[in-house]
Amino acid sequence: MTLIRSLRHCAALTLLGSALISGQSLAAEKTECIAPAKPGGGYDLTCRLAANGLLETGLLDRPMVVTYMPGGIGAVAYNHVVGVRSDDENLIVAASTGAAVNLALGKFGRFGPDQVRWVGALGVDYGAVVVSADAPWHNLDELLQDMKKNPGSIPFGAGGTVGSQDWMKAALVAKSADIAPRNLRYVAFEGGGEALAALLGGHIKVFTGDLSELQSQLEGGKIRVLAALSDERQEGPYADIPTAKEQGYDVTWPIWRGYYMGKDVSDEQYQAWVDRLTELDDNPEFAKMRADRGLFPMHKFGPEFDQYVKSQIQQFKDLATEVGLTK
Amino acid sequence: MFDFLIQGFDVALTPLNLGLAFAGALMGTLFGALPGIGPINGIAILMPLAYTLGLPAESALILLAGIYTGAEYGGRMSSILLNVPGDAGAVMTTLDGYPLAKKGMAGPALGLSAVSSFIGASIAILGLTLFAPLLAKFAVMFGPAELFVMMVFAFSSMAVMMGKDPIKTAIGAVLGILIGIIGVDSGTGVLRYTFDLPELYDGIDFVVMIIGLFAISEILLMLESRHNPAGEAEMPVVGRVLVSMKEVLFCKAAMLRSGLIGFLIGVLPGTGASVAGAVSYTTEKRLSDTEGTFGEGDMRGLAAPEAANNASAAGAFVPMLTLGIPGSGTTAVLLGALMLYNITPGPMMFTEHADVAGGLIASLYIGNLVLLLLNLPLAGLFAKVLTIPRWVLVPAIAVLSFVGVYQLHSDLSAIYLMLVIGVVGYLLRKLGFSLATVILGYVLGGLMEDNLRRALSISGGDLGILWQSGISIGLWVASVVILIGPWLWGRVRRSMQA
Repeated sequence: MTLIRSLRHCAALTLLGSALISGQSLAAEKTECIAPAKPGGGYDLTCRLAANGLLETGLLDRPMVVTYMPGGIGAVAYNHVVGVRSDDENLIVAASTGAAVNLALGKFGRFGPDQVRWVGALGVDYGAVVVSADAPWHNLDELLQDMKKNPGSIPFGAGGTVGSQDWMKAALVAKSADIAPRNLRYVAFEGGGEALAALLGGHIKVFTGDLSELQSQLEGGKIRVLAALSDERQEGPYADIPTAKEQGYDVTWPIWRGYYMGKDVSDEQYQAWVDRLTELDDNPEFAKMRADRGLFPMHKFGPEFDQYVKSQIQQFKDLATEVGLTK
Repeated sequence: MFDFLIQGFDVALTPLNLGLAFAGALMGTLFGALPGIGPINGIAILMPLAYTLGLPAESALILLAGIYTGAEYGGRMSSILLNVPGDAGAVMTTLDGYPLAKKGMAGPALGLSAVSSFIGASIAILGLTLFAPLLAKFAVMFGPAELFVMMVFAFSSMAVMMGKDPIKTAIGAVLGILIGIIGVDSGTGVLRYTFDLPELYDGIDFVVMIIGLFAISEILLMLESRHNPAGEAEMPVVGRVLVSMKEVLFCKAAMLRSGLIGFLIGVLPGTGASVAGAVSYTTEKRLSDTEGTFGEGDMRGLAAPEAANNASAAGAFVPMLTLGIPGSGTTAVLLGALMLYNITPGPMMFTEHADVAGGLIASLYIGNLVLLLLNLPLAGLFAKVLTIPRWVLVPAIAVLSFVGVYQLHSDLSAIYLMLVIGVVGYLLRKLGFSLATVILGYVLGGLMEDNLRRALSISGGDLGILWQSGISIGLWVASVVILIGPWLWGRVRRSMQA
C-alpha cells in the first residue's frame, strides 16, 4: 500500500511541478508572459526580466506568469497569439532581434510583422567580432583587409544557421568591407558556447558572438575582441573594446530583448503596457537587475519601438534578397 | 594547490548547504525518475525559486548541482522497472536493466545501478578536481572534424548491437537518423520534412520522441497483455532486495572503464550523457560479452551505461568551470544561474570565485555520497512498483507522460506527435526492432551530420580535414579495430587451434 501512496505522491508532485511551470494562470487570471522557447534560454530571461522587474518595483502587485511555448523558433507562439489570443490584454510575448530576422525571412508562416503590436524593449546586447588571443589580427581593419585578399580563407563561426541573426552579424561585417556575404566561409554551431570552444581550439578563426556572453572571457586573456557592433563604446569591462564604427566600418548589430502583444488589444491597454514598461525602464533598481543579466539599456517603447522593429525587418529582407536567401 | 577544495568543503559543510545538497539530490532523483522531466526542467523550475529565496550564490549552485546529479541517478529507475528511460542518459540502461527486472532481480538491479552511478561519478569528480585545467585544453582540441570521427566510432561500435538480426538493427538506426533530420537544417536554415507545420520547425523534441517511443508503446503492449493471461503473470514477485558484493565485484572492470569513457565524453562540448551511455555500453559489450548475455539481463550491461552517464554529468562541469563554455544543455542552464549572481564562470573562476568553484566541487562529492546512501535502501521500495497492478500502473504512466510533454510545450500538437510516435514504436516492437538503435540513430545521426558539415565548411569542402589531427587518426583506427577486430581475433585463434 505504501507504494500506491508513494506513487500518488509522485503524481501530486508532478502536478505541482507543472503548476510551477505553466499553471498558476488558473489561480490568478492575471498577467502572463509567453517565452516562445524551452525554459532556460534567452526568451525565458526576457520574460523573467519583465516579470521580476514589474513585481519588485511594485508596478504589478501579483506575479506575472511565465509560460513556455517552444516550437518553430518562435513561430508557434506567434501563430498562437495572432490566431487565438489577439485581443488578450494581459498577455505579452518575449521577442528579440532573432524573431525579427525570422519574420523577415517569412519563417513565421503567412503572418507578417503587422499582425501584432510591438510594445517595447527592456534591454539590448550587441554583437562582437572575436578572434583568439594569438591571432595575427589586432584590429578590425587588419582582419578585413586580409579577408578582402581571399574572402574564403578565413573560417567564421557563430551559434546559428545561415540566415539566423548570428549569421547576419558575420554577413554585415563582411558587407561593410565590400566583401560579398556569399563568399564568406561560415560555420554554424549549436549555440554561442560551442562556437567559442571551436575558436579557442583554433578550429575557426573568427567568432561573431554577443558582448555579454564574452564577459567571462575578457579577463582570461584567451580571446581578443576586435570590435563591438554598437553605436558607442559600452562601459565597465567593455570600455576598452572599440566599436566597428570607430574603426571606419559602418556596421552595428543590436540584439534587443522586447515584447509584443496581440493586434486587437485596445489602444488604452496597449498604452498601459507601454507606460508600465517605460516606468520600469527608468527605475534605478531595475537598471541594476538589467546589468546583472548582461544587458544594456535600449529606451525604445510604444510607436517608436514599433517603427524600429518594422524598419529593421525591412532591412533584413533587403539583405536576405541581396545574398539570395529568399526569392 | 587544493586550497580551493578545502575552502569548498568549508562552504559545503555548513548546515544550510548540507541540507540543500540533500534536498537537491532527493528532488533530482524524483525529477529524473518522472518521464518527461529531466535535469534541465528541474533546474529551470527551481532556479528562479532559489533566486527569490535569496540564497547566496554557492548555496544556490549546490542545490542546482544536486538536482543535476540526482536526476542522472533517478533516470534509471523507470528504465529498469518499466522499460521507459527517465532521461536521455538512461536509454541504454533499459537494454539489460529491464530484462533483469523481468527475472525478478529488480532490487539488485536498482542497487547495482546506484553503486555504478556512484563509482562513475566518483571517477569523474576526482578527474574534475585533479585535472580540470589540463582537460580544458583537451576539450577544445576536439573540433567538428574530431567530433565527426567520434560519431563514426560510435556508429561502428553500434555494430555489436546488430546481434541476431543485423538488417533490423540497420533499419532501426536509419529510421532514427531520418526522424532526426526533420526540422530546420542547422547549417543553412533550410526547412526539411516540415510540411509547412511550424510545430515541426525545431525538429522532434527528444522528450516527445523518447516518451512516445518507449512509454506509449509500453502502455500499448501492457493493454494488449490484458487479453493475454500469460502476459499478466510475466512479472515475477520481487525477489532479493539488496545487491550482493559479489555482483558488484563482477562488474568492477565495467564500471571503471565506463566511468572513464563517460567522463571524457562529458568533458567534450556538444556531446552528453546519451552519447556516453551508448559508447560505454557498446564498448563493454565488445570487450566482455563472451557468452552473448548482454541484452538479456547482464549485470555488466547495466553497470556500464549507469557509470558512464553519471560520469559524463560531472565531466560537463570541466568546460563550464574552466572555460565558461557549457558542456551540456544542463550546464548551459547552470551557467545562466551563475550569471544571475553576477558570477561569470571562465578562466578566472578558480582564482576569483574560489569559494563558489570549490563549494560546487565539494558539494558534488557530498551529493554523490548522499545519493548512494539514499538510493541503496530505497531500491527495495522502488522495486515494489512492479507489484502495482497493471490497471493502476498503466493509467499512471500515461498521465505522467501526457503532463510531462504538455508542460514542456504548452501545446497539444506535441501530445499528438507523441501518440503517433508511440504507435510507430509499438509497431516496431511487434516487428522485433530494438528501440534503442532507433534512439541512437536519432541522437548520433544529427550530431554526425552537423559536425561533418561544420568540418567541411571550415576546410572549404576538402575531405582531408577529417584525418588531419592525431585525435582523428586515432579514432579512425579505433573504429576499424572495434568493427573488425573481434572477428579477426576469432579467426586467428581458430587457425591457431587448428
